[in-house]
Amino acid sequence: MTLTMQPPPQTWTERLHSWVTTVDHKRIGIMYVLYALTFLVVGGVEAALMRLQLLFPHAEFVSPHAFNQLFTMHGTTMIFFVAMPMMFGFVNYLMPLMIGARDMAFPRLNAFSFWLTVFGGLLLYYSLIGGYGLYGDGTAPEVGWWAYAPLTEKAFTRGHSSDYWTLSLLVSGFGSIVTSINVIATVFSMRCRGMKLGKMPLFAWLSATMSVLAILAIAPLTAAQMMLMVDRYLGGHFFDTQAGGSAVLWMHFFWIFGHPEVYVLIIPSFAFISEIVPVFSRKTMFGYPIMVAASVMIAFVSMSVWAHHMFTVGMTASANSFFVITTMAVAIPTGIKIFNWLATMWGGKIRFNAPMLFCIGFLAQFLLAGLTGVMLASAPMTWHLGNSYFVVAHFHYVILGGIIMAVFAAFYYWYPKVVGRIYSERLAKWHFWLFVIGFHVCFDLMHIPGLLGMPRRIYTYEPGRGWEIWNFLVGIGAAIQGVAILVFVWNLIRSARRGAAAGSDPWDAWTLEWATSSPPPAYNFATPPVVKSRRPLWDLKHPEDPDWRYE
Amino acid sequence: MKLALATESDTAWELPYAGKVGMWGVIAAESAIFVIFIVAYAFYIGKSTSGPTTAILHTPIFLTVCLLSSSATMELALRGLRRGDTRAFSAWWFVTLGLAATFLGGTLLEWRHLIVDEGLTIHTNLFGTTYYSLVGLHAFHVLVGLTLMAVVAAFIIRRRVTRDHTPKLEVISLYWHFVDVVWVAVFTLVYVVGR
Repeated sequence: MTLTMQPPPQTWTERLHSWVTTVDHKRIGIMYVLYALTFLVVGGVEAALMRLQLLFPHAEFVSPHAFNQLFTMHGTTMIFFVAMPMMFGFVNYLMPLMIGARDMAFPRLNAFSFWLTVFGGLLLYYSLIGGYGLYGDGTAPEVGWWAYAPLTEKAFTRGHSSDYWTLSLLVSGFGSIVTSINVIATVFSMRCRGMKLGKMPLFAWLSATMSVLAILAIAPLTAAQMMLMVDRYLGGHFFDTQAGGSAVLWMHFFWIFGHPEVYVLIIPSFAFISEIVPVFSRKTMFGYPIMVAASVMIAFVSMSVWAHHMFTVGMTASANSFFVITTMAVAIPTGIKIFNWLATMWGGKIRFNAPMLFCIGFLAQFLLAGLTGVMLASAPMTWHLGNSYFVVAHFHYVILGGIIMAVFAAFYYWYPKVVGRIYSERLAKWHFWLFVIGFHVCFDLMHIPGLLGMPRRIYTYEPGRGWEIWNFLVGIGAAIQGVAILVFVWNLIRSARRGAAAGSDPWDAWTLEWATSSPPPAYNFATPPVVKSRRPLWDLKHPEDPDWRYE
Repeated sequence: MKLALATESDTAWELPYAGKVGMWGVIAAESAIFVIFIVAYAFYIGKSTSGPTTAILHTPIFLTVCLLSSSATMELALRGLRRGDTRAFSAWWFVTLGLAATFLGGTLLEWRHLIVDEGLTIHTNLFGTTYYSLVGLHAFHVLVGLTLMAVVAAFIIRRRVTRDHTPKLEVISLYWHFVDVVWVAVFTLVYVVGR
């Protein structure tokens, strides 16, 4: 078989052109991740500014106006332009390799959705320039990331800031929906010979589950944004309370998106953990079919829990009870998964490299985050704690303690594959310990001002309520995490030049991406692979004792 | 590294057509969007504070018959193509196109009546906002279907459509059946239950 290789690009414009016009799933994946890292820094700076303002009571570091803009932009950026593109980036890069495919099912559509996401992010930040409109009514949106009606109506946001917010989410939402469709089509139609559904790596299963959930979650948000645009541009009344429109309806529509969205982010995190833990425990995944079933169940149940964000709005007792029960039910499949990961590690020959350290951190912290989740699932608890810093601490615990830890684990695990060089283990350990310490100083302590009654989204507070010391320590924790992120980014940059050559399979792993060179060629596999078990590379390395005899 | 691990397993390896799986994904996303618009319409029935009400609507029975039968004619067209009978295929395809265009034209006239004679616009009240959004969203999907059919029609005129194109046309027909099913839901809500 002959392969016609394109000559390497010569000038930097040619190289730029080749990246901008690429339809290669690996390049698109890398661009997604770099894009997410860029916005991670932007969203991180916004968080740092807020913590600076809250460091002392009656501080005047930023104005109340700017503070509202900061928490709106921080939330919107982190969810839509950091977490989502990060996950889609990893899925884009890895999933086709893992199922032995040469690309996604629709490569050009793949590039199209990436550029939609880019355009969405730029639109949001263009509001800093264009948001003024003709009214002098502020620049960046300041309605909070959930943009409760009727604050977003023309009567209350006269400038263009809400227009940029809604357009940006509409555009990037289309990008996410189209990518999800692409992922599903790839998983179901592009698997290599022999890879039945039950033999796919868990990563592929969870990518598909996440994509189904993303479609069902983001489409309602898209519909709600269309309605908001009808209101703002055509003079409609969907959320116009003066003409009989309902503010609560927007809440329902937003949270029908908002809660499953959390699972859209955590399910790929589960995917990373499910690939890394077995390799670093030197054992097969414990309870593969149960893991698949539990993931699908989480996705299913997560579609009917949204109104636990609305206990304080005042629903009927039966509605409250329904959402309490469904929300608590999520703990069951999640618990199953945690036990399965622990059982995978049990008795294994564990290697404590950076990816595994982050996985272990994930397990402990995600469990704690889940426990405060069960607390908040109870409606009477939420009546006390709703809209306080306890809630902020809870969901940051899930996102930083869970999702981001899993993302760091994935970065270190697949970095040698993508870049072809090994990261610095010493810097990675510094990153791990600094981040874990900073995380716990910041978010363990943040629960306490919440319990003491400190509401979220206030730009400053009175001294003498017992909140000062906690806010100060939370700020210190945030700074430590900032340093950890700098170490991480430095490690990525430095190791790309100075790291030792990785070889194709540095971890002695078992899934198909490690059968390609590092970085993999544009066509992934010269001949399409044929597999017989869930660990094709194990079969290859141990022909005397292949897995398919036991599966 | 050589990866042919199981050369003996030369059993048949058939996976579903990616276009079809993709279209099912589109249908899932579109269904979710329509559900939200349908919920908004149902939630706001009778809640307008002023202006015209649902009493001004006329049930579009003829248009509904046109749209629903267009699903059947498209199926007949595809059956023709699967047999290799391109004449039957093109004939039924153009019938489908005509039925879809009739539906869209009828909606246009209906809206003209509502706007000019009854004074109902999207701005008038909650009924106007929800009605035009829901029916308009569906009409937009009909327009997309009509465009797809017109593109195929252009290829038919140039005699470029053969039996090999069946899987691709099946993707279009999947979309078209979905648009019809949505109309059943919209029709039932807006013209039957909602009055």
